[in-house]
Amino acid sequence: MADRQSVAVAIVGSGGAGALTAGNFLLEAASAAGWQGLLSRTVGPQIRGGEAAALVRLATHPVECLPDRFDLLIGIDWLNAHRFGAEIEVGPHSLVISDPRGGEPPAGVAAAGARVVELPMKEMAKAIPDGRANMIALGVAARLLGCGVDVLSALLEKRLADKGPAAIDASRASIKAGFDAAAGFNFGLCLAAPKPSGTRRWLISGNEAAALGAVRGGVRFAAAYPITPATEILEWLAPNLPKVGGVLLQAEDELAAINMIIGASFGGTPALTATSGPGLSLMIEALGLATAAETPVVVIDVMRGGPSTGIPTKSEQADLNIAVYGCHGDAPHLVLAPQSIGDCLFTTQWATYLAEALQSPAIVLSDQFIGQARAAIDRPVDVAFIGQRFKATDIVGSYERYAIAVNGISPMAIPGTRGGQYTADGLTHTERGIPTSGECDHKAQLDKRRDKLARFNFGDHWATSEGAGDLAVITWGSLTGPTREAIARAACEGVEASLISLRLLSPTQPERFAAALDGKKRILIVEQSHSAQFHRYLRAHYDLPGAVRVLNRAGPLPIRTGEIHRAIMQWR
Amino acid sequence: MSTAEMRLACKPADYTSDIKPIWCPGCGDYHVLMSFTRAFAQLALPTENIVVVSGIGCSSRMPAYMNCYGFHGVHGRSLALAAGLKVSRPELTVVVASGDGDGYSIGGNHFLHACRRNIDMTYVVMDNHIYGMTKGQPSPTTEPEFDTALSPGGTGLRPFHPLVIALASGANFIARCFSGEPNGTASVLVEAIQHPGFSFVEILSPCVTFRPDEKKWKNLVHPAPVAPTNDAAKAARRIMTDDGFNIGILYRGDRKPYQPPNGSLSCELSELEKDFEL
Repeated sequence: MADRQSVAVAIVGSGGAGALTAGNFLLEAASAAGWQGLLSRTVGPQIRGGEAAALVRLATHPVECLPDRFDLLIGIDWLNAHRFGAEIEVGPHSLVISDPRGGEPPAGVAAAGARVVELPMKEMAKAIPDGRANMIALGVAARLLGCGVDVLSALLEKRLADKGPAAIDASRASIKAGFDAAAGFNFGLCLAAPKPSGTRRWLISGNEAAALGAVRGGVRFAAAYPITPATEILEWLAPNLPKVGGVLLQAEDELAAINMIIGASFGGTPALTATSGPGLSLMIEALGLATAAETPVVVIDVMRGGPSTGIPTKSEQADLNIAVYGCHGDAPHLVLAPQSIGDCLFTTQWATYLAEALQSPAIVLSDQFIGQARAAIDRPVDVAFIGQRFKATDIVGSYERYAIAVNGISPMAIPGTRGGQYTADGLTHTERGIPTSGECDHKAQLDKRRDKLARFNFGDHWATSEGAGDLAVITWGSLTGPTREAIARAACEGVEASLISLRLLSPTQPERFAAALDGKKRILIVEQSHSAQFHRYLRAHYDLPGAVRVLNRAGPLPIRTGEIHRAIMQWR
Repeated sequence: MSTAEMRLACKPADYTSDIKPIWCPGCGDYHVLMSFTRAFAQLALPTENIVVVSGIGCSSRMPAYMNCYGFHGVHGRSLALAAGLKVSRPELTVVVASGDGDGYSIGGNHFLHACRRNIDMTYVVMDNHIYGMTKGQPSPTTEPEFDTALSPGGTGLRPFHPLVIALASGANFIARCFSGEPNGTASVLVEAIQHPGFSFVEILSPCVTFRPDEKKWKNLVHPAPVAPTNDAAKAARRIMTDDGFNIGILYRGDRKPYQPPNGSLSCELSELEKDFEL
């Protein structure tokens, strides 16, 4: 049996069948046993009766993306599995476990020549009091991946404590039945033993990491309007913000949410909201206000398929244009993008710090994949980015809120500060904040807001730049993980390429970008956008030396490591 | 300084900024500005602890003319901005200034939810039944037969009834004022600011430029014939059946204001990480 450093399993069922629960248990148990891993979910928009799949990858090394193919596919039932058959590719060496009463496996399974083994999970569950087919599937997966029953049993005690001993026993018996049944399956491969990392480890989703990062950065007010796939950020903040003296307010819509955070920030409290494309569209007018009034706010956009309602449950990188260019008028502001689940913490914390320091709105472009995926990661290191606003205190004489300063950042008076009374305004204003339609004041304030971003030293965090060779692969966001893995795979085959992934999308960093591309002869741009928004954005702002190729595609089918690897290898 | 001395020390002029208002001569909003500064002086509020929030329109120019903190935001969203400010800084006095277009049309949804939420703030709508700043288009309170360039022959639509909607949505204090009576309006504003929860004050404020007919409002207004009630059903009947010119406090509820929990500061950030530890 082959020892593998990384194994992937997909558990599929119709909505409500418990495929996601089984996948989460598997990831948590394997993480507790010392493996690294991640779980991405793919679901339809329905709460019940739709399709759901837990896509789990376990490995001996950190993983930031799903693999090209799944080694093990378990169908509790196949009722709606054809809807995402393309997202769960199997190969000739894959093993498919199928309940004969759950319908036929998707066409791709036979086409790939995968081996199908039948297991009547539903019937087996019926033989166990309160037995559950998804827990039988979990037992099968655990056996085949080499994860012991003990660790699952301990996890059941923890996770099902509130459901009582009967529920725990039923699940334990179901897992055991699956575990025993899988003894006779010839999987043909085995996950290598975990390598202890020696550091504290977390099991966390990108959305949770972003929320924690915001709080670490100083956010103490959040306005919430639910939207898939961003809601988990708000639901994490709701109970946790009050624990650190913060407040969360549910808004009546996204128009209210963005204005609520502007109000809280005007009052001196670092503030955030989280949304997705449709919500960001509604917030754009007020983001222009925050830019003009120089009120720091953080908006996390967990991108999903668009335009319009699009595909709420699936990932895409197509909100770049609206995030960078959405505001009317000339409205420079911050746009950032996390590069992995763990990086959601750093990038959101940094965004909060930057927003406060620069008195500017910051949009954080996460996406459904890293937002809703859950991973076992080493605890991210603490960083010193805590939001610090330049405030006006001890005001003597006349106060000018929008005074032209060398670095463009003028001290901000917070209500309650004597002598600092001013009116924040979206109208073009003078240095004192008085509305004007004069050309000089208009230009002076436009210059001020441009310069404060342009003159700030963003340091090395603007991008990840690693590797060597005359081919640079430029990407952003959640495609950083598969790109990094593709470059590593190419390196194993003797082909060198470097990775440049942009964390800071606005303001642009032409000098740093040019330095990162020094000596490159070929550039491959990788992005999940139908119209190649990122490529166009790069073209608009940067010089791209040498030959340029673009690997782009709309969601929901993620761009896989294998495709990026092929693009690198084929360009010799 | 004792409270009485404070009151003597505070003059309406202390709350006026040095910016000259840009309103048409005869606009009712001049008097509303006067009422605001008188109310603040009567309450002896420190100027730096007041925030006046507004949206877009003639009435929304109000914050600039006061020596308080102010936020002149986007059209229709002032209540949301004020809500975020108030719940994160509950010790501030938050007043929202709006008009019938800003407050009832583009901001209509926020009006419902601000009443329902019942955060301790005061919402003042200067209602002139017209969009003034864009030169005379019908607003939600314009009479159906009123002829404008945008609605030749009138809209034919029934006007919106802000007081009824405020009551049904849960506002905790409802009053109607007339800009031409700045002392009476100031007294109502004092009570509105002091009353816990969401206080809604509709001020009939004539637009002499696009609604010269509203000059006659001064002859139509009259004090409400009965004392304010805390009985919503009684208030509803009165508000729905009055002639629209009853001036005074019409409803004084006793609902507890909303302040979302903001627990102790005792929790260390590292405590929050425990959820994620393996």
